[in-house]
Amino acid sequence: MDVVTLSRLQFAVTSMFHFIFVPLTLGLSIMTAYMETRWVKTGDEVYLKMTKFWGKLFLINFALGVVTGITMEFQFGMNWAEYSKYVGDIFGAPLAIEATVAFFMESVFIGLWIFGWNRVSKKVHALSIWLVAFATNLSALWILLANGWMQHPVGYELRNGRAEMVDFGALITNPTGWYKFFHTVTSGYVVAAFFVMGISAYHLLRKNEVDFFKRSFRMAAVFGLVSTILVAIGGDFSAANMAKTQPAKFAASESLWETQKGAGFNIFVIPDAERECNRVEGLCVPNFLSLLAFHTPDAEIKGLKDFPKEERPPVGPTFVSFRLMFTLGFLLILLALLAVVYGRKDTLESRRLFLIIMLYAIPLPYLAAQLGWIVAEVGRQPWIVNGVLKTSAAVSQSISPAQVWVSLIGFTLLYGSLGVVDIYLLTKYAKKGPQ
Amino acid sequence: MEFQVIWFILWAVLWAVYFMLDGFVLGTGMLHNFLAKSDAEKRVLINTVGPVWDGNEVWLLTAGGATFAAFPKTYALMFSYLYTALLLLLFALIIRGVSIEFRGKGEGAGWKKGWDIGIGIGSFLPALLFGVAFGNIFEGLAMDASGYHGSLISLLNIYGLITGLLFVLLFLVHGSLYLSVKTTNDLSKRAANAAKKIWPVLLIVAVVFLIVTAFATRLYDNYLASPLLLIVPIIAVSALIGMRIFMAKEAPLLAFASSCVTVMMVVFTGVIGLFPNLIPSSIDAASSLTIYNSSSSTYTLKIMTVVAFIFVPIIIAYKIWVYRIFRSRVSVDDVMKDREAY
Repeated sequence: MDVVTLSRLQFAVTSMFHFIFVPLTLGLSIMTAYMETRWVKTGDEVYLKMTKFWGKLFLINFALGVVTGITMEFQFGMNWAEYSKYVGDIFGAPLAIEATVAFFMESVFIGLWIFGWNRVSKKVHALSIWLVAFATNLSALWILLANGWMQHPVGYELRNGRAEMVDFGALITNPTGWYKFFHTVTSGYVVAAFFVMGISAYHLLRKNEVDFFKRSFRMAAVFGLVSTILVAIGGDFSAANMAKTQPAKFAASESLWETQKGAGFNIFVIPDAERECNRVEGLCVPNFLSLLAFHTPDAEIKGLKDFPKEERPPVGPTFVSFRLMFTLGFLLILLALLAVVYGRKDTLESRRLFLIIMLYAIPLPYLAAQLGWIVAEVGRQPWIVNGVLKTSAAVSQSISPAQVWVSLIGFTLLYGSLGVVDIYLLTKYAKKGPQ
Repeated sequence: MEFQVIWFILWAVLWAVYFMLDGFVLGTGMLHNFLAKSDAEKRVLINTVGPVWDGNEVWLLTAGGATFAAFPKTYALMFSYLYTALLLLLFALIIRGVSIEFRGKGEGAGWKKGWDIGIGIGSFLPALLFGVAFGNIFEGLAMDASGYHGSLISLLNIYGLITGLLFVLLFLVHGSLYLSVKTTNDLSKRAANAAKKIWPVLLIVAVVFLIVTAFATRLYDNYLASPLLLIVPIIAVSALIGMRIFMAKEAPLLAFASSCVTVMMVVFTGVIGLFPNLIPSSIDAASSLTIYNSSSSTYTLKIMTVVAFIFVPIIIAYKIWVYRIFRSRVSVDDVMKDREAY
């Protein structure tokens, strides 16, 4: 394998591993902050117990998010030096701003929150977890504005042999970045909601701390229902924006080969990239794809054949990931809806099958989030910056395949072990229940 | 003042503050397996840095991010040329972080022993590697128009290793003094004694470093051109000596303050010598990365300057506030009683 392939593989391994921890942090920080606020406001000790129990799981997860995040910043320079040179003028800024405005706040106030229980007032303590939640979501905004720029570059000019920023306002109001932000953070809230519901279901099945876990479950169910719907709305905007700004990615996500007006949505599709067609197509919902893409039923959608072969993203992974994510999204809305209904009717404990499903549903939102990133990043290929710079031209000139093999194996082993430790600790504390 | 110069100064400040803050965490980590006599004492050491280590490490991320935004070419070449060294650094920092966070979350001697090793190695390696990296930057990297001609082995040259050793010793003393201020009773005394014992070695290595620098690098050229700048290394040396005087006077807080000044001034001493280079080339002066040939556009630098001047004071304010909240010493009793302690 060459340096480009190995570096892409390494970026995939390190960023996907990092993104196991990020979404839970985004959502669980808000839920923990809400629980503590309820405690401060009502004085009800159950909320304090909730804050401490879910907060503990939050912290185990948070630690790995922090340490795997350092890699993310380093590897742009390590593996993608040509990219960093070419776009650093505009891409470096949001990263530096992210560290300045968000990472400091997050890291300082998480320290205050963990160790400050007896040192600051209840209100200040609750405020500190709100600041952590705010900073975490703010850091997502900056990193997604950076990623949004890679998907849909704006506010730059090509001069002096590189992409130079000419309009900071355009960079921070880039709709692609904002859609991504909205879609990503809400998907993180879904991860957190299903995490809390799943662990609560585990204990409810065993009639452990019933009141505690019923309250947790109900709270997460409402948060989850709202979030799953918001994810879908954000996804709809994202898809429509993609059709406009990244038509090749959109065509690949839907495995659409021929340009069509009033394109329909095939429920069953098996793409065949070699013959440039779909081997199987079935159950077509007429005009639905055009509706999805441009919100008008007979809009024209560009097919993959209208793009030169070397500028098409790999159809297989993009299409399959998009379909699976999409399907999981609707499944999660349904589960969250049932969770709210059963929670309201107060019949959770008797619905054993539903509780078992909810326990095993914990990984589903994680999976959906990872699939979403595959669509975003694989679907952008062969470009690293859409239409501006190819991935193959972005890699460091000075590194050898041997070096990247070593680092790739090293990351896999180290991250693999950390993953085992993380699951061990989360399971241990989740099973133990509140004290 | 040119924006490139402003960002050169900010770049130096970010690194200096990072080493001053993470220096004592790394020092504490290196002492972890030697200074603490029991599990409870090890927990005390972890709890002295527990609330602040993450926030301190963010200065590194910001230094990296600032290099990316302000000097993208330097960021790109430095990180890709030093690939394997940075990889080791990254692994070490990851292991250090999880070790601090996870040691207290499990039971059993094996569990704790494992993370103890993680804290030790995860603190020693970064201290050494940062020193080696900066030593090599001071010397200049073997780079020309065709690329980089060094390797991990060539980084481990005499001067690089001397700088590595200097960083290790500096952080050991810095960490010992931090612990003498932040712990109680016998542990605090042992920490102060450790600082006293390591200090002479640090002094010798610092003198050797200052002498060898004259031969291995061109850092002194700027000082010869504008002798007024010599005030910075003079402060560094005075603070280093002041540190020992305050130790002798049993004034640990002042000794620690001196070591903070020493760390920052050591970084400034080196970086001033580099100006206007960020990374000189050791084989082809025209290929040196300077603040002018590797910087971002003026527009980007302006935006970043505005962001820095608004947010850095805010960051410093809330950091000082949180440090004040955790200013008291940590005792064995404290960690035993506090259920949230690590």
